[in-house]
Amino acid sequence: MKSSVITFPGSNCDRDMDVALNKFGFKNKMVWHNDNELPKSDLVVLPGGFSYGDYLRCGSMASKSKIMHSVINFAKSGGLVMGICNGFQILVETGLLPGVLLRNKYLEFICKNVHVKVDNKQNPYFKNLDKNIFEFHIAHNEGNYFCTKDQLDEIKDNNQIAIYYCDKNGHTEEQYNPNGSMKNIAGIFNKEKNVLGMMPHPERMIDQSLSGEDGSLFFKNLINNLK
Amino acid sequence: MIVSAIITLKKDVLDPQGKVIHQTLDGMGFKDVNEVRQGKYFEIDVNENDPTKAKGIVEDMCKKLLANLVIENYKIIETQ
Repeated sequence: MKSSVITFPGSNCDRDMDVALNKFGFKNKMVWHNDNELPKSDLVVLPGGFSYGDYLRCGSMASKSKIMHSVINFAKSGGLVMGICNGFQILVETGLLPGVLLRNKYLEFICKNVHVKVDNKQNPYFKNLDKNIFEFHIAHNEGNYFCTKDQLDEIKDNNQIAIYYCDKNGHTEEQYNPNGSMKNIAGIFNKEKNVLGMMPHPERMIDQSLSGEDGSLFFKNLINNLK
Repeated sequence: MIVSAIITLKKDVLDPQGKVIHQTLDGMGFKDVNEVRQGKYFEIDVNENDPTKAKGIVEDMCKKLLANLVIENYKIIETQ
């Protein structure tokens, strides 16, 4: 399985993602934002970081990068595109995913482990996973998911909510919401479920001695689903 | 020609920065404030002398990059 990680000026989780993808069997290539063509890929990842210094709005500049034309075409033809953290912000700015990510409700940069609940397994990312609750890491200033009422109705009707913030037992009350995001949303799909954006970083949970292994479960399952 | 644009958050979008500024103003003794909303202001020097065309170019910029229309409104406020 081949993957590509796009590096924008200011990306800082691109190499972590490269390590994670290679560890679980992807043959990964790093792709510079100013390139025109994507290498042949089964998965394209937009990594976390602070592309273009978060100028104007997080992800807004990166969403207009040269390589994004190819990424958008790849997504529109059904290719798997996953955006983590700043990558999620870039995906909403391209319009591939609905809504926006606002400043965290209490104006704090949040850096901690959280639990998320997978709600929908009818998609290539979470299909065949044995468990529903995962511990991932978040580190963001703008993770407060917001969309219009019509968009919210639409994403609910189409089962586009991928993961919710919750406690370790899967309770999704407001008190387990770290950033004020609507309905505790931590990640969403596009309508077709080939594009996933999420604030948590599974690539930071791939080594028991450093963190946890829930990211390992995610990546192992993902590559098996793609085979 | 210089065209200016103001980007503001839509009414139903939470503006935590505006709230904190409001609280700070309140603490400083500015007690007559009902609400503060923070926005962005741009001055764009466009290589176009026709005011209608220049405004049209900046409006296109607002729609495509400067504003995110899910949460923000834009207003072209003046030309020089």
